[in-house]
Amino acid sequence: MSQKIIHIVQLYPKDMNIYGDWGNVLTIKRRLEWHGYTPILTEYNQGDTFPKDVDILIGGGGQDSGQTLIQDDLLKIAPRLKELVEADVPMLLICGLYQLFGNFFKTLDGTMIKGTGVLDLETHGGTERLIGNIVTKSSEFGEIIGYENHSGQTYLGKGMTPLGLVQKGAGNNGHDATEGVRYKNVIGSYLHGSLLPKNPAIADFLIEKAVTKRYGEFTPTVIDDRFASMARTAALKRPR
Amino acid sequence: MSKPYTTLLGKTVRSIARLRGGGSALPGLFVEKIDSSFVADTLAQLPRGVVIISGTNGKTTTTKMVTELLEGQGLKVFTNRTGSNFIRGVAAALLGDVDMKGRLNADIAVLELDEAHAVHFVKTIAPRYSLLLNVMRDQLDRFGEIDTTTKMLAAIADKTSERVVLNREDPRIVSIGDALPAKKTTYFGLDPSLSHYFPNDDELHNGPRAPEVPKPSANVLLEAFKDDQATFKIAGEHFSTSLKLQGIYNIFNAAAALALVRTILGDEADIKKLVASLAEVTPAFGRGEQLIVGGQPLELVLVKNPAGFRLGLSSFPAETYATMIAINDNYADGRDMSWLWDVDFHSLQASGVSQVSGIRAYDMALRLQYDEVEMAQVEPNLKKALHHFIAKYPDTPKRIYCTYTAMLALRRELGTITTVEVVS
Repeated sequence: MSQKIIHIVQLYPKDMNIYGDWGNVLTIKRRLEWHGYTPILTEYNQGDTFPKDVDILIGGGGQDSGQTLIQDDLLKIAPRLKELVEADVPMLLICGLYQLFGNFFKTLDGTMIKGTGVLDLETHGGTERLIGNIVTKSSEFGEIIGYENHSGQTYLGKGMTPLGLVQKGAGNNGHDATEGVRYKNVIGSYLHGSLLPKNPAIADFLIEKAVTKRYGEFTPTVIDDRFASMARTAALKRPR
Repeated sequence: MSKPYTTLLGKTVRSIARLRGGGSALPGLFVEKIDSSFVADTLAQLPRGVVIISGTNGKTTTTKMVTELLEGQGLKVFTNRTGSNFIRGVAAALLGDVDMKGRLNADIAVLELDEAHAVHFVKTIAPRYSLLLNVMRDQLDRFGEIDTTTKMLAAIADKTSERVVLNREDPRIVSIGDALPAKKTTYFGLDPSLSHYFPNDDELHNGPRAPEVPKPSANVLLEAFKDDQATFKIAGEHFSTSLKLQGIYNIFNAAAALALVRTILGDEADIKKLVASLAEVTPAFGRGEQLIVGGQPLELVLVKNPAGFRLGLSSFPAETYATMIAINDNYADGRDMSWLWDVDFHSLQASGVSQVSGIRAYDMALRLQYDEVEMAQVEPNLKKALHHFIAKYPDTPKRIYCTYTAMLALRRELGTITTVEVVS
């Protein structure tokens, strides 16, 4: 096997791992192998020493209780995260960590949960849970297909671009038809389901950025994505 | 509307629905609409009251065990056998059992209820006893969060008048017990040597569990099991028996059932006889149920959440079996497919999977692709897939992991080629 190592760091798998976030990590890991690289996965949990080598960073969703648990630790490593984002390190942030990478989460009862401020966006607790199958359209990745389940409503700051525009479903807040965020090489999104297996274009984008940054070039192999494509077709026909 | 009238109308709808081969919920829905107090009034007649069994996994099998254990002690038990564990499912089951005057000939009702429905149910009918099995990630598309589900179960515990039986191995269930007066709680448990069989959702990707905190003492403890032999510790004595139920999770639920029945009967309970009845309990329909097709066994294993699927895979070794997986995403299954990514399928690598089917067959195939498990065929159409699966492996025992609505459809289809017990 190739000795070309790529370091994947998963943020807070202990407290933020529901909704199939493992599927995103697994997809990056396997596709790296299939493309001929050697992935090394490091889990970062609260209190750990932040890893030195970070080629791809993945963070997932959690319950409200999980988010409270990691909040202090997240603020502590925020400067390092900001540095990584500005250095064009590819990142995937889903649901809970997508929210906490923003400026704040204001809960329904008015409590302010401070975010890292790495991304210019804010989230407000909503009375209604936005749940169901969702399809969005992105100029970079085409149709993005997944499942959303969140009560926070996220609004993007001026400098931020949405990941996709909602075709079916609610998206960031159910009002402005945006879903997720794109900034530098960061992708934030409410979509799980899991996001990456059914949207291999996004997985390969993250991989290409990581490999090119470390090794100067990336030559992809052809991966058999027929199941992904048929799963997408089936998902498109399903009710909300 | 008067009760006899409700009963008559309801029974008529039930007969028509059954003629059409329909589900159990429709007549229940009908009765719910015309007479909302039908269920409460009918159950209020029972001398030993109502028992509710809830939790994420194992409700149907545990309810069946509790029912048969109580019957073994001479009680007449009303229960909802269909696994249609919504209130209208209870109404439908009642329609089958009441006489034309709306009287129910039973001593006690043992009902399995889905967490969300149980919360509504207990508002009108306070259970005398309840059994809370576990809280795991399931149907978050309906409930939102695991912590929300925990609160629902806490509400059931709160409304229970006599005693709540709880799983001391599940930290969320223990937290419910902690909030109750000690005299209202009874626990069932597992010997520490067996706890590695039950990784909880939080431990899935995190290796060993946190150091053990002292646990409440167990009314019934599952001490050991090997193959179909289990040993329970009850009141300081050891009881060993063989079981017709397979899988560690079913055997652990047997400890739950024993603890509940002991709690209901108190000193009346004949423990030896209870264990003897337990040995005779067969799996509930679709829950490890075994049918015979073409002279070979065919097992149906219901899977509906990561914990259940993981336990199924670790309880039933794949070698020597042909395996089929059928995944639907209808409302009753849960629409969200992300749970498949929280199940580890490596145990199927050596044997491979013979057939993948269901509405979300390709989501399942994609999942297996990423665990590098070989698949012989992917066919979303359940009928076609089932017949192909049976025809292609005539000399091999078969096992089908299926979600709820896929299980109902497969059982219906299997009924055309072999004997399948009608459950209503």
